[in-house]
Amino acid sequence: MRLSLALTLVAVSLATAQAASSEPPAGAAACTGCHPANTGVETPVPRLAGRNAADIVAAMQAFRSGQTPATVMDRIAKGFTAEEIQAIAAWYAAQR
Amino acid sequence: MAVHRSRREFLKTAAKGGCAALLPAPLLAQGAAPRVVVVGGGFAGASIARALRRADPRIAVTLVEANRTFIACPFSNGVIAGMREIAAQQFGYDRLAADGITLAFTTATAVDPQARVVTLAVGTRLDYDRLVLAPGIDIRWDALPGYNEAAAEQMPHAWKAGAQTLALRRQLEAMEDGGTVVIAAPANPFRCPPGPYERASLIAYYLKTRKPRSKLIILDAKDAFSKQRLFLNAWNELYPGILEWVSQSKGGEVTEVDPATKTFVTDFGKHQASVGNVIPPQKAGRIAELAGVADRTGWCPIDPVTFESKLVPNIHVLGDAAIAGAMPKSAFAANAQAKVCATALVRLLRGEAPPTPKLINTCYSLVAPDYGISVAGVYHPANGQLMDIAGAGGVSVIDAPRSTRSREASLADGWFHTITSEVFG
Repeated sequence: MRLSLALTLVAVSLATAQAASSEPPAGAAACTGCHPANTGVETPVPRLAGRNAADIVAAMQAFRSGQTPATVMDRIAKGFTAEEIQAIAAWYAAQR
Repeated sequence: MAVHRSRREFLKTAAKGGCAALLPAPLLAQGAAPRVVVVGGGFAGASIARALRRADPRIAVTLVEANRTFIACPFSNGVIAGMREIAAQQFGYDRLAADGITLAFTTATAVDPQARVVTLAVGTRLDYDRLVLAPGIDIRWDALPGYNEAAAEQMPHAWKAGAQTLALRRQLEAMEDGGTVVIAAPANPFRCPPGPYERASLIAYYLKTRKPRSKLIILDAKDAFSKQRLFLNAWNELYPGILEWVSQSKGGEVTEVDPATKTFVTDFGKHQASVGNVIPPQKAGRIAELAGVADRTGWCPIDPVTFESKLVPNIHVLGDAAIAGAMPKSAFAANAQAKVCATALVRLLRGEAPPTPKLINTCYSLVAPDYGISVAGVYHPANGQLMDIAGAGGVSVIDAPRSTRSREASLADGWFHTITSEVFG
């Protein structure tokens, strides 16, 4: 019951974020300092635009918990709440 | 989650603060084409010019920049140490022009905040609704006895990339094996806090591999510096007997230089250099002072939500020139601030309250070509300034294996390609 409510809330928040203007949610704009906005950039860091939102959320949660080893993303992920991560993920999922 | 405050709430806050931050008439909603002038085409200025055009192409953006070619400071220590060429640091503004940004390749000489007019060296007067100053740094030529613009020919600062970068490189190339390189590092704050130590590292790498009887001494006006333990550990491992760091309390603070003999004077004695690199005290670029947005420190206090000057309304200050609280003076920070400020400006031009931002910084330093270390931070507005989010950020793991250092070196390289692609590509 609690889980399904949580999932519904996530879905609603994703829909809200996607329906909003293209203004990036708090924190999102900074990501493209390392995650290239453009295609074809020579870097080992993946692009975020157009990726599945749930995948981005899962990756961030794993970085935050230390489950996924990282050089720098563990330090950055700890600066964001679950809600912020969801909003950022939804926004990138809607980008191309 | 709801990151933007209501207009009423914002007005209440603004009124309580007693500042003149009342929301302006919604220019965008009226269908007018709001005019934003950006002074300075570096990582901050070029970023916001493009971000504004992308967010709302109705905004007329003029970018005022003295040089037709931008020469990036990040990675320029590699040029000094002979690991890369200056061409890899150079970027043009063609793609900004293609975005519909008006480019004015000249300097801004005056700002009239009442009339909201910027005057250019060529005599043109540009009206603005919002002005963004991203002038980077100027050297404080009056701060270190003996060090002036003429002295910088003998003892390059190389803290603005370009001719100075190449001058320092040529001096290192011309130095005989067995020489002593001396770097004077300034007190805080200054552009690129880990920069002097990355530079020392890469020069030490050059000496170790090319002129192994030589030495490098850092004379520091501080007792602590960015990524200190990581640098010190790496120097012990990579450059024992080559690189020596002298802290302020051990006599590192340089009080005077003599360019004719390349002598550094401290309270504890004199150091004569074969190659001398003075990283001098700095301040915000000159236009900040002319516009009245710099305070007595020489830097510019700003609102942490909008980056609007705390001293002059309708002028926003970004990048190295700004007092950005916990955020360092880095290219990453400048780019992140620019994108936040663009969002705030679009809202303000619509007559809406700006959203509460969150910012990130990540700075890589190379200790050797395949040895990278980093510092990161996440920031939010609190107590009127940009503060660290507790529990986030920090430096690379102290006892990480060499494979991690090598990975961070390749991430550093990727970062440079990524950010320059976003800003200039």
